[in-house]
Amino acid sequence: MKQKRYLLYSLLLAALILAVLIAIDNSSLKSSMLSTILQKAAIYALLAVSMNLLNGFTGLFSLGQAGFMLLGAYSYAILTIPVEARSAVYQYFNGGLVQFSVPVVVGIIAAGLVAAIFAFFIGLPVLRLKSDYLAIATLGFAEIIRALIQWNTLGPITNGSNILRKFPTYSSLLFPFAVSAISIGLIVLLIRSSYGRAFKAIREDEIAAEAMGINLAKHKMMSFCTSSFFAGVGGALLAMFQQSVQAKYFTSAMTYEILLIVVIGGIGSVTGSIISSFLFVACSEWWLRFLDAEQYIGNFKVPLLRSGFRMVVFSIVIMVIVLFYRRGIMGTNEFSWHAIERFFKDPFGRKARMKEREKVTESHE
Amino acid sequence: MHDFSYYIQLLLAGITVGSLYALIAIGYTMVYGILRLINFAHGDIFMAAGFFMIFISGTTSIYVSLPIVLILTVILGVTVERVAYRPLREAPRMSVMISAIGVSYLLQNFAIYYTGGLARPYPVIPFLIRDITIGNMTVKALTIITPVLTVILVVALVLLINRTKIGMAMRAVAKDQNTARLMGIKINNVISITFVIGSLLAAVGSILYFSNYEQVTPTAGAMPGLKAFVAAVFGGIGSIPGAVLGAYVIGIVETFIKANNDYAIFSNAFTFALLIIILVFRPHGLFGEKLAEKV
Repeated sequence: MKQKRYLLYSLLLAALILAVLIAIDNSSLKSSMLSTILQKAAIYALLAVSMNLLNGFTGLFSLGQAGFMLLGAYSYAILTIPVEARSAVYQYFNGGLVQFSVPVVVGIIAAGLVAAIFAFFIGLPVLRLKSDYLAIATLGFAEIIRALIQWNTLGPITNGSNILRKFPTYSSLLFPFAVSAISIGLIVLLIRSSYGRAFKAIREDEIAAEAMGINLAKHKMMSFCTSSFFAGVGGALLAMFQQSVQAKYFTSAMTYEILLIVVIGGIGSVTGSIISSFLFVACSEWWLRFLDAEQYIGNFKVPLLRSGFRMVVFSIVIMVIVLFYRRGIMGTNEFSWHAIERFFKDPFGRKARMKEREKVTESHE
Repeated sequence: MHDFSYYIQLLLAGITVGSLYALIAIGYTMVYGILRLINFAHGDIFMAAGFFMIFISGTTSIYVSLPIVLILTVILGVTVERVAYRPLREAPRMSVMISAIGVSYLLQNFAIYYTGGLARPYPVIPFLIRDITIGNMTVKALTIITPVLTVILVVALVLLINRTKIGMAMRAVAKDQNTARLMGIKINNVISITFVIGSLLAAVGSILYFSNYEQVTPTAGAMPGLKAFVAAVFGGIGSIPGAVLGAYVIGIVETFIKANNDYAIFSNAFTFALLIIILVFRPHGLFGEKLAEKV
């Protein structure tokens, strides 16, 4: 009974979101700040969830996200630039080596596959390492990939350190949402499967998991490749969103940004990552923008406000969350209608506590 | 082909860069040895020291500002430990590492805010910049002073760690915190002193590094920081001679790669390739101790 009601709620919520998106897509809001934020946040949600699969659910602290995004973005761009535009894009390399182009959907899947294949070969040596060594090694791989792509000798394929552009992008706001939603859905299915339970077992205690008969190497590799696949897909979406892609922007700072989204949302919570992506993007691109410009209240000039202050405030907020509110928004919980219903019936948990107390006194008697 | 003195000059430049990495790497290796934490903010403390110099030398003479910069950097380093790492002493390692990344993010953003994101010229320190002629080569005094100073500091540090009481306390804490506490060692003080030494060396490194590159940007600390970390891992984390050796290897090879135009873009990638090779074949580094995994 309850299950049915919650399913109904979820369908209603999904329909509502879809309706709002369609409304925005067909109105003058389409080119507004709101629309830009929504697109970027949808893409970041996918990137954050894919990172969370690795860091939060499998307990592998990897900092290679930007590298896999870069691979995805470049694979997509290289494969989908129309043949007639190639001579303009690859102007320093005689139109480049790749002289065909594939449809968008194939391009996106290829983006994921390329990232996953690289992840497989990177994972072979690296996944044997423990916590901080793994972090620094994956960070290193991201840097190596960035250098490789900018290497002039690979120019006929990657266009060296020059910009890639003129590849097909999407026209509807719904596109990034759809791709993101399908991908996140697949990740959630994986987390809920027996593989997902094995991931969590590895996160809790590697040695115990191994003793229970879980093949560590296989499951770690599976998590690493899946996470990279979706990071690649996210990278392709990001390329479409920006309409151009250049390797030099995919630095470790980008990985840190996504890591911080995961931390704010709660390490080990998919819905947490999604919620925090939207909050993070909205705050950093929009709501906190006013901090970057000089403000006057009457004749009084508000001190401190000038370009860059937004990011300072932002990083202080993040530090406060990391230090005092380590669980993030959701902790390891997921969004559930049950929790919301309970909240509305009993907002501050007073009734639940009363009941608890009664039980205790009863048992004493 | 280049003549012999060209390669000698490259080698000298490489040794200088290596010495600078060594000064930063020691901070990493000491903190890692004691806290098991990659102090991602260390490179940014190095960068902050550069900005301290710029702003202080604007108000007073260069020789007065040198000690002030050292003191301010030490204060910054110790504050970071107090505020961002100490409250998480009992937390999982991933949390502490995230906190370190957060501090690094904060310091960089603050520097961007303070400078408007632009590169600032580094003040000229006359005795470091003046030219010295050896045979038929002319080099900056810096190129000679840096390695000499590094060697002196490293020897002093090794003596401090092996011969003094505080050094003994550090070694004890690195070995086993709980036992060290039972022996009456004040863990927090030892950790603070580690950060004092690390930041001090970073500040010295910063003065030499930015005198050489002549400008400071808000992200200037990130790459040297990571490379110094790789140097520390290469040498075996926790081992100071190892870190210094690793730093020289990276500094010299990187300088030679940079000098070749075709491969210059790999100067950073080389460092990380080295890291991965060493982690795969000798995970505890050249001189590190092998730690058994305990259940």
